[in-house]
Amino acid sequence: MSLEAFRSEVRAWLEENCPASCREPVDGSPRRAPLPSDLVLWRRRMGDRGFVCPAWPTEYGGGGLGATEARVVAEELRRIGAEPASSGFGVSMLGPVLLEHGTPAQKREHLPPIARGEIQWCQGYSEPGAGSDLASLQTRAVRDGEDYVINGQKIWTSGAQSADWIFCLVRTDPTAPKHEGISFLLFDLRAPGVTIRPIRLISGASPFCEVFFENVRAKARNLIGKENGGWTIAKRLLQHERTMLASGVAVREAGPSLSALARSYLGEVGGQIADPILRDRVAQLEMDRLCFDAARRRSAEAARSSQGPGHAVSVLKLYASEMSKRSSELVIAILGAQGLGWEGDAFSPFERAAVREWLRSKSATLVGGTSEVQMNVVAKRVLALPD
Amino acid sequence: MSDEQEVLRATARDFVSAHAPVAHLRELRDRGDPIGFSRSLWTRMAELGWTGVVLPEEYGGSGLGYAELGIVLEECGRTLVPEPFLSTVVLGSSALLLGGSEDLKRKILPGVCSGDTILALAHQEYGRFAPYAVSTRAVGSGDGIRLDGSKTFVLDGHVADYLVVVARTSGTPGDRGGLTVLMVPATARGLSVERTIMVDSRNAATVRLEGVMVPASAVLGVVDQGADLLDLVFDRGAVALSAQLFGCLAEAFERTLRYLKTRVQFGVPIGSFQALKHRAVQMYCEVELSRSIVLEALRAVDEGRADLPRLASAAKARTSDTAGLVTREAIQMHGGIGMTDEEEIGLFLKRARVAELTLGDGSYHRDRFARVSGY
Repeated sequence: MSLEAFRSEVRAWLEENCPASCREPVDGSPRRAPLPSDLVLWRRRMGDRGFVCPAWPTEYGGGGLGATEARVVAEELRRIGAEPASSGFGVSMLGPVLLEHGTPAQKREHLPPIARGEIQWCQGYSEPGAGSDLASLQTRAVRDGEDYVINGQKIWTSGAQSADWIFCLVRTDPTAPKHEGISFLLFDLRAPGVTIRPIRLISGASPFCEVFFENVRAKARNLIGKENGGWTIAKRLLQHERTMLASGVAVREAGPSLSALARSYLGEVGGQIADPILRDRVAQLEMDRLCFDAARRRSAEAARSSQGPGHAVSVLKLYASEMSKRSSELVIAILGAQGLGWEGDAFSPFERAAVREWLRSKSATLVGGTSEVQMNVVAKRVLALPD
Repeated sequence: MSDEQEVLRATARDFVSAHAPVAHLRELRDRGDPIGFSRSLWTRMAELGWTGVVLPEEYGGSGLGYAELGIVLEECGRTLVPEPFLSTVVLGSSALLLGGSEDLKRKILPGVCSGDTILALAHQEYGRFAPYAVSTRAVGSGDGIRLDGSKTFVLDGHVADYLVVVARTSGTPGDRGGLTVLMVPATARGLSVERTIMVDSRNAATVRLEGVMVPASAVLGVVDQGADLLDLVFDRGAVALSAQLFGCLAEAFERTLRYLKTRVQFGVPIGSFQALKHRAVQMYCEVELSRSIVLEALRAVDEGRADLPRLASAAKARTSDTAGLVTREAIQMHGGIGMTDEEEIGLFLKRARVAELTLGDGSYHRDRFARVSGY
């Protein structure tokens, strides 16, 4: 089938199967949260069609498509502003790692539920004492027959309150050097002994949680890779995470353009944004996005021709997150006093959302490794600067 | 990149490092060479097909694209090659190719391809790039056109066989309308050219036109609508110069990176200090973005894409700003040795500064990007 024929087929399928509340309203009305029943339906249809993970093999519930076709699916989903049928953690991070490092049994057990959008995953990495210095993590897992028994605490666990399972870094050998005593373990968050507590952030939202483990039992067959060999897998997963974060920025910023915003809030003089300094900043940022998009395409081409994302991805994550912060700063600057609102009708829903987005965006350079950690990685792995 | 392009890059890199290393520029500078580049080297570059790389085969060119020209220019940028690519191969040739009569093209372009003919674009009149700020007058006189005015910062103007002169036939300076582009032979009466010595040891000239007469056939493009032609020429110029400037800044960055790994202080390479590592990574990030936008813009010229004006400005702004950053940091990180004339890194700072201002700096191109984007 030609690519164009495939595209029209995908388009027609989406037209028929994507519920109205799970996509950008066609009449231009403001978007509302999807209906929970629609979301369930949408997940099931996407999963059955193999479009949640279009590039995965069909035996694991994927669509078995080539990279080009998979991109067409992603483009068509973006075109209608479709709600993601599954969170990114299973699809973009754990899935690729399992495909590379999982045993056939592990793949058969865990990949299909991800590809059907049935199981939502979260990431148990950071701990109160292990942020940038992730490898100093202390959560213990002790082997007991066919199980591991887990005690400890994770923090900044995105989406834990709505997740079903967790992929978790645990310390299995406290006497080994810190990188060599870590294992990569999967377990059910509904197991006895798990406590999840959302954290309220400066933006008012609670996307992150603290997760506590008290004698939680996990099946030893869900250890990925070797015992004490988890650090390599953890790092590999971080590369996939950075790819996801770098691509997320472009998607999120597909909304109203900065220049349109600036025109409406600052006015025009002779067809130009009235404030020359803010106009210059808008142009700078829009050019930066052009450059970034060109770099991302180049990196994606390079990744397709080799084995998955390379360390150069760290540069993109670094730039994307800094750019996302600057973008939010600029939106607030353009809104002026209307960019200071928190609640109430003196501010439009867009303005209130912009303020919260500005606060949220501060995390862009913290999650998935701070900018400083990314710079350390690039300095060492890409530029080969000495320790 | 295609196999052919890989071969072209390797050939260009080998040729440039063997025959036109940075020492080539230094030698021309130190002996006060009257033309500021090597004629014989230019002929050899022509033999390699570099001068006609984007010109059609019917005029002696090789009919390749800007993707290929960009490869050659990047490699030349890496060793600060002073030969007249931008003036002759890009600015002058584009004006002629896109706006000249068939007669004029047949007369001049084969000489460009063979390396015998040098062209220069005489557009600028003030200290800053402002393509429509032209007050040089062109007035019909008898069966010809009379030119009066003066031009500054005319790249390679002192050796050009033909000057492509931008003049005003109506309107006032700053108007987009009313410009006319004319081909003027260097031998024309009333034309005086004075070489200016620039900080990068390359060539520019001040040009005076006093009652210079040219025939009506000297017009490139359409009378009063020269801006339509100029916009195309300047976009190509900005993209080509960005490719060359990218070579310059990438080389400056790589040299600095090597220095960080070899210079030892406090018993360790200075590149082990986090204060320098993070700055090196920030530079690397800008270098990679520059590379990406330059490749994208080169491709856009070849594909005749409608968003070329935005990409050309994005490329020139990005490479100009990155070149500024990288060469400033290069001097700082080289320390005292970077301040000496003997160390080559200072030559990159000088070249970057001139290239940054040529055809508009970052601030000019942000304004222009905003204008062509409709805000």
